[in-house]
Amino acid sequence: MTLRVSISTRLGSYGTFAAISAVGIALLFALVFIQGGYLLTVMQLAMIYGVFCVGLNFFMGYTGQASFGQNAFAAIGGYGTAILCVQFGWEPVAALVASMAIASVASLVVGYPTLRLRGHYLAMATFALGLITYDLSVQWTSLTQGYMGYAGIPPLGIGRFVVEDERLKLVCLMAILLFSLWLSGRLRNSRFGRALRAISTSEAGAAALGIRISQYKLAAFVIAAVYASAAGSLFAHTVGFISPEVFGLQMVVVTFTMLYVGGVGTVLGPAIGAIIASLLPEIVRGAGRFQDIAYALALLVLLIYLPKGLSTLADLGKRRPAEQGGGN
Amino acid sequence: MALLVARNLTKHFDGLTANSNIDLEVPEGSLFAIIGPNGAGKTTLFNMLSGFLRPTAGVIEFAGVEITAMRQHKIAEMGLIRTFQLVQIFQGMSVAENVEVGFHLRTRGGITSALLRPRWLRRQEAEIRAKARELLDFVGLGQQAEMNAELLPYGQQRLLEVARAMAAEPRLLLLDEPAAGLNTHETDALAKIIQQINARGVTVLLIEHDVGLVTRIAHRIAVLDFGCKIAEGTPEEIKQHPDVIAAYLGTEAAHA
Repeated sequence: MTLRVSISTRLGSYGTFAAISAVGIALLFALVFIQGGYLLTVMQLAMIYGVFCVGLNFFMGYTGQASFGQNAFAAIGGYGTAILCVQFGWEPVAALVASMAIASVASLVVGYPTLRLRGHYLAMATFALGLITYDLSVQWTSLTQGYMGYAGIPPLGIGRFVVEDERLKLVCLMAILLFSLWLSGRLRNSRFGRALRAISTSEAGAAALGIRISQYKLAAFVIAAVYASAAGSLFAHTVGFISPEVFGLQMVVVTFTMLYVGGVGTVLGPAIGAIIASLLPEIVRGAGRFQDIAYALALLVLLIYLPKGLSTLADLGKRRPAEQGGGN
Repeated sequence: MALLVARNLTKHFDGLTANSNIDLEVPEGSLFAIIGPNGAGKTTLFNMLSGFLRPTAGVIEFAGVEITAMRQHKIAEMGLIRTFQLVQIFQGMSVAENVEVGFHLRTRGGITSALLRPRWLRRQEAEIRAKARELLDFVGLGQQAEMNAELLPYGQQRLLEVARAMAAEPRLLLLDEPAAGLNTHETDALAKIIQQINARGVTVLLIEHDVGLVTRIAHRIAVLDFGCKIAEGTPEEIKQHPDVIAAYLGTEAAHA
């Protein structure tokens, strides 16, 4: 018992919950695989959003900073990939990596001045960043083809091996999401991750222990941007088409929902949130013209009863550590 | 030799003078206390010494180096570590993890090593885990190591902050009202811990409201009132100093 509690506090609710959700997700995937069709696309997008949210979680969850503008970096990824592949005939993987590099440089340049802001001001500044990028993608038609967007983006692949089958695409995206979760888990439980998490609740306390606040915030911002760019590129390769709308405000709202539904600051939360929030509209589709209301209601219920996200379901079954230490 | 020296330290907040021409010399190895009534400017002084506030005028030197305009983390790197009057516990982290953050300056490793986890890093992690446990045992929180730190009672959060600060291996430990909100039993335990820390060779500078605690453990005491240093001396001298009695009990009591 003690051991299990210690594992779950250390790894941020891995433990038993991981096993249960793994089984649940495996069943879900089995269903999707057999069913095929539209559900496959939904799950593919869920995986892509998952990658985005795992990155966003570095900045918003671990480090506790607000960003409403990560869609800007997804746009860099999407357009980077589209332009490099369609205009210049690059290999998809090379385009994906190159876009990530561009996004990391862009986030460094943008983050250095912006991250001096805190709280609401930081939120506003990052929000502006997303709006500017959206406008650029609409207006700079020579580069982005404006509202028309880019079509005919090739699917992912290496050399002659191209992932064209929809089921195989999903498997690849799932592997990429798992890999990004693994990175996130490793980083969270390290000197680097502990410094980020310290900053999230007390900048003063962290600074007093010698942590360079601005440097660590910037690092988290860049990581989030690189993840966002990867997600943008994956979207382009998976769907084959991008336009400014893909990386618009809608993306900000959707990814926020996912992050909070899943559990901000936990390792698995962003992925769980991405899957659940993607499937929810399909589940409530039966409500017909009330589906938006049903969707909103479902979200409300989740956030009221699980304010820290679905991944805190893990804590319901176990004894509270407070009770263990209560005798002292 | 003085480890920490402040000369003519002054801080104005708009029209208000929070600290005025304060001189201070904290000898290496000593247990030095600053006392004063509420609003005397103790925390302002502390914030300046630890780099959290820029003085309006004056100079601060630590270990012979001027640190007046240095950033907080630079000052921490030099070995001056502080705690806070309002505890700054890292919420959502376990008690042990809080202390592990304290080892930040004494460990290395960034993103690459966190991903690859080479042998030296695994050894380092095991080491700080063991050392964190030792420090928690030292302050009496060994049993609570895996608990979520924010669930600790207030008094224990203060002890946790002390353990966390010790993890940074300070040369000078600044404790900002560590006994605030503690009961007598907890205060006694804290007094013993502070004395043990000092006995380990760490210079301690303590701000405290609790005069009883301070006169019991401090080697030397400086008294602040209305932003000025009104007295300095051994606990015995301070207890009999007429200005100190006046500051604490009112002028009439001093003349009585």
